[in-house]
Amino acid sequence: MRIARNWRTRQQRYSLVGEVCTECGNKIFPPRDVCPHCTGPAQLPYTLSGRGEVYSYSTMYSAPKGFEEYLPYTVALVQLKEGPMLTAQLTDVDADEVRIGMPVEMVTRKIREDGEAGQILYGYKFRSVLA
Amino acid sequence: MRDVSIIGIGQTPVGELWEKSLRHLAHDAIVAALRDAGTGQADALYVGNMLSGELAEQEHLGALFADFAGLRGIEAFKIEAACASGAAALRVGHMAVASGLYDMVIVCGVEKMTDAIGADTTAALALAADQEYEVSQGVSFVALNALLMRRYMYEYNVPHEAFAGFSVNAHRNGAGNPNAMFRRPITAETYRRAAMIADPINLMDSSPICDGAAVVVLAPSDLASDGRGSGPAVRILASTSATDSLAIHDRRDPLFLEAAYLSSQKAYVQAGVTPADIDLFELHDAFSIMSALSLEATGFARRGEGVRWAEDDGERIAIDGELPLSTMGGLKARGHPVGATGVYQVVEVVQQLRGEAGVNQVKDARLGMAQNIGGSGATVITHVLAAE
Ligand SMILES: [Zn+2]
Repeated sequence: MRIARNWRTRQQRYSLVGEVCTECGNKIFPPRDVCPHCTGPAQLPYTLSGRGEVYSYSTMYSAPKGFEEYLPYTVALVQLKEGPMLTAQLTDVDADEVRIGMPVEMVTRKIREDGEAGQILYGYKFRSVLA
Repeated sequence: MRDVSIIGIGQTPVGELWEKSLRHLAHDAIVAALRDAGTGQADALYVGNMLSGELAEQEHLGALFADFAGLRGIEAFKIEAACASGAAALRVGHMAVASGLYDMVIVCGVEKMTDAIGADTTAALALAADQEYEVSQGVSFVALNALLMRRYMYEYNVPHEAFAGFSVNAHRNGAGNPNAMFRRPITAETYRRAAMIADPINLMDSSPICDGAAVVVLAPSDLASDGRGSGPAVRILASTSATDSLAIHDRRDPLFLEAAYLSSQKAYVQAGVTPADIDLFELHDAFSIMSALSLEATGFARRGEGVRWAEDDGERIAIDGELPLSTMGGLKARGHPVGATGVYQVVEVVQQLRGEAGVNQVKDARLGMAQNIGGSGATVITHVLAAE
């Protein structure tokens, strides 16, 4: 894992810090400094609530290197209530209970670790909430 | 700008080619294409490749292949655009000849995937996606396509079996292509019972990991018909590309391949044709959902109806159907050596337009289209070719 890269994205991984466009008001996550909606400048930090719903999901039975030990796990596209969509794992839910439209909220969880002596990466996952 | 023609084609069989190294794959296809073109020389070599650094531990492919093909000294380098690398190299070759800079250009798509093990390959393929915000979450490239397929099935109320015809058609055509990786037909029942990789995508929705190299030789159209080559030249009527966000979650509408729409619309204008004029279409069937989404974005189906082309075991997309797709097996059955795929597609369109497709020959094929997709739709490159 890349230590400096993980450090750079800590505000996004721990607290969903995105941006708001000063031209059109759209909320943006992940941050990109140029608004994808109007191409205006979007450098004003904005912390998202972490609440949203499942837009789509998939349970994986084959994983990239570094994630094999967690199989099977469920990933999702989550539509946040402020507008942006993100990709994340679902947690604390049985795969066969997941539905499109299911309300979810962000929690901080371990994403992966690099062996016993290696770095542990924490970040956002989403869990089901009662609507 | 000059018109550009393809005067030679070459390809290796696609498969798990343990006995062939990266350089030998490229060499075999380059030599075959130069022989087919009736020449031993070229001004430049452009290599399309995605993963040689990751999976074959070799970069700097341009100089390496030029040297091993006996062309030491010429301009040569690699072009990368994920799974669209092959077509991207052809775009560069096309520009070099169309601009008048060169009169003879080799375009080589090559990938050597089977020197690495499964989890390394899965991780390498994910490099096509957004590292910081998709891949870092543990999502595989298959899973990204699964997210699209699940949403498509939900929005348009389509059962998984509805996609079977894309796979059945590809394998039916692979059986007739001596270079295809899979040469046995499958049934809709085989599709239904295949092992799950990333729900709802199963093994029969996905193209295989494999090795292969394919090459085209380009020349200006007015110099192409001098009778040197073994087959008639095929003219490139359109060569276009477009882009979208790398991450699916950043798209305006995840179920619409905007770059496929943009690049195909440009291609139709450039070639002066409409979708109805196309006799066969080599689409990017890396996953069956991609077939449905491509058909919608390129104007062959309305939103939510692309999957209907797969009905009745793909009868309407068969060799003798209304719109033949994946005529030599497509990515699904010929195989998907990622950086080579875009060139294989074009080589196969040339085989069809020359009337050299054997038992898979589409009758009276005059106009063929090939579309190569990088990532989950971030780079889309379209070529329209015509028999002279
Ligand atoms: Zn804006």
